[in-house]
Amino acid sequence: MSGITPVVKATGIVKRYGHVTAIDNADFELMPGEILAVIGDNGAGKSSIVKAICGAIQPDAGEILIEGKPVNFSSPIDSRAMGIEIVYQTLALSPALSIADNMFTGREIRRNDFFGKYLGLLDKKAMEKFAREKLTELGLMTVQSINQTIETLSGGQRQGVAVARAAAFATKFIIMDEPTAALGVKESRRVLELIKDVRDRGIPIVLISHNMPHVFEVADRIHIHRLGKRLCVIDPKDYTMSDAVAFMTGAKEAPALTAA
Amino acid sequence: MAERSTASGQEFEQTLNQSDTSVADFANKRRAPLQRVQHTLHANPTLVPIIVLAVAIVAFGLIAGERFFTPFNLTLIMQQVSIIGILAAAQSLVIITAGIDLSVAAIMVLISVIMGNLGVSLGVPTVLALLLGFVAGAAAGLLNGLLVTKIKLPPFIVTLGTWNIFFALNLWLSGAQSIRSQDIDANASFLKFFGTNIILGSARLTYGSLLMIAIFLVLWYVLNKTAWGRHVYMIGDDKEAAEMAGIRTNRTLVQVYMVAGFICAIAAWASIGRVGAISPQSFYEGNLSSITAVVIGGISLFGGRGSILGALFGALIVGVFESGLRLAGVDVLWQVFATGWLIIIAVAIDQWIRKVSA
Repeated sequence: MSGITPVVKATGIVKRYGHVTAIDNADFELMPGEILAVIGDNGAGKSSIVKAICGAIQPDAGEILIEGKPVNFSSPIDSRAMGIEIVYQTLALSPALSIADNMFTGREIRRNDFFGKYLGLLDKKAMEKFAREKLTELGLMTVQSINQTIETLSGGQRQGVAVARAAAFATKFIIMDEPTAALGVKESRRVLELIKDVRDRGIPIVLISHNMPHVFEVADRIHIHRLGKRLCVIDPKDYTMSDAVAFMTGAKEAPALTAA
Repeated sequence: MAERSTASGQEFEQTLNQSDTSVADFANKRRAPLQRVQHTLHANPTLVPIIVLAVAIVAFGLIAGERFFTPFNLTLIMQQVSIIGILAAAQSLVIITAGIDLSVAAIMVLISVIMGNLGVSLGVPTVLALLLGFVAGAAAGLLNGLLVTKIKLPPFIVTLGTWNIFFALNLWLSGAQSIRSQDIDANASFLKFFGTNIILGSARLTYGSLLMIAIFLVLWYVLNKTAWGRHVYMIGDDKEAAEMAGIRTNRTLVQVYMVAGFICAIAAWASIGRVGAISPQSFYEGNLSSITAVVIGGISLFGGRGSILGALFGALIVGVFESGLRLAGVDVLWQVFATGWLIIIAVAIDQWIRKVSA
């Protein structure tokens, strides 16, 4: 593994809020083409470390390398400009706006003519075409129309739109926060297939989840977070779900850090 | 996608293939007529004010007779609603972001006093007086915007405060004295530009009426056809989601309040033409009238929904009711009574539309 540059390599990340240490000298590593699950008990700081990597919080100490180059994001907008996409648990979609509008939030395409250049006229046709292509690629075009508003979609379809948006624009990697938490059995299944699909297209994924069966099914490696730092990284083929839960709650001694 | 789940998946999911696949689809169930109406209105919230306006015009045409349908009366209604209409355009922008601006009319009157003081009393060239007025209007909006985004106060409180502040400044700058029409004519007649009439037969279309329509058309374009406009809607719909989706929401909000202030300054110029004089005591109810027009126009007070053109129809509806009831010989108090019910019914319809089931 030493010959490959990690997509993300974070070392010694520290974040304190007053007397509370949310991230305590934590490390993080994402390799190309993998699904890395991040698990940990509530309050272990798994979302904090991920937020630090995408720029939502600024660490007090530590170094973050993206593809070997040091970065210093001041907001998720910065990391997004580098091709890092986040699928939030709340999805960050506007219910009253269309699928196409939502896919292009903040990176709308203008018409390539006088009206586009000087009057900011949007190229709705191009955006609709692109959105339709992306949804079709991921097998999500079960929706009637790309101009349907988000509020007319089911939970799984909304999740699908959020994932498609991330997959369409991510060039480095995607962070997904609890993508199946709000979904039923069948919709969870679709989203898990979707996640594997995106990975197979070569985009690595950081998956934050509480759902052990889902984590063990899709993850290539599992990063276990405990008390603000990385406890260990395990290969799901070598351990059981009970082992993982035992490590993350401290019931069992963790294996050496370089397990995977 | 469901077909591919055979190869992998949890054990308990193995029977999913055989499950009813229609669940996730949109069954086009036949809907009850009332539900269909609800859906149509949900997709086109501006239909309500258009229908109300059309019905009101026909009804008052029948009640008040021929006097109502004269070109003179119809263009008079346009004149009468033009100032509140322009304020309602500014108000709509703010309300679409799920805010509210109680200070629009106060900004307008303050700016008209500033324009008058500069252009008439101090003898500054009229164009310069106007430009300084526009800058001051945008600055007043900037103050609102910064208080809303930086100090994070609710827009209602911020603009309730600045309403009083701007009104006091206006009384101070004007010494509570009006600037007379003759003085404006003598020193800065261009301030009255928007009072100019285009006379076609008995119709008297003022430039102010045309200005109102032009402002609405420009804002409609900006809100629907540009990225900035889409962001304004997104912020009103769900500010946090917009922020996470990569919009710099606070910057956009400050811009919205500034544009609203700027439009109020345009309204100030138009109001000098409409009223003929500059009176620091005028349009005291303009703040609330503008909100009335917006609400009747089907723009949701909760943000993110409704077309700005609705506010134009809302302003016209109020104008048509006032004119129609007056011509029908109904006491003024019943005009106010009718407006009150229009507001309540409009918001009730908005609530009902929002409860639409997918």
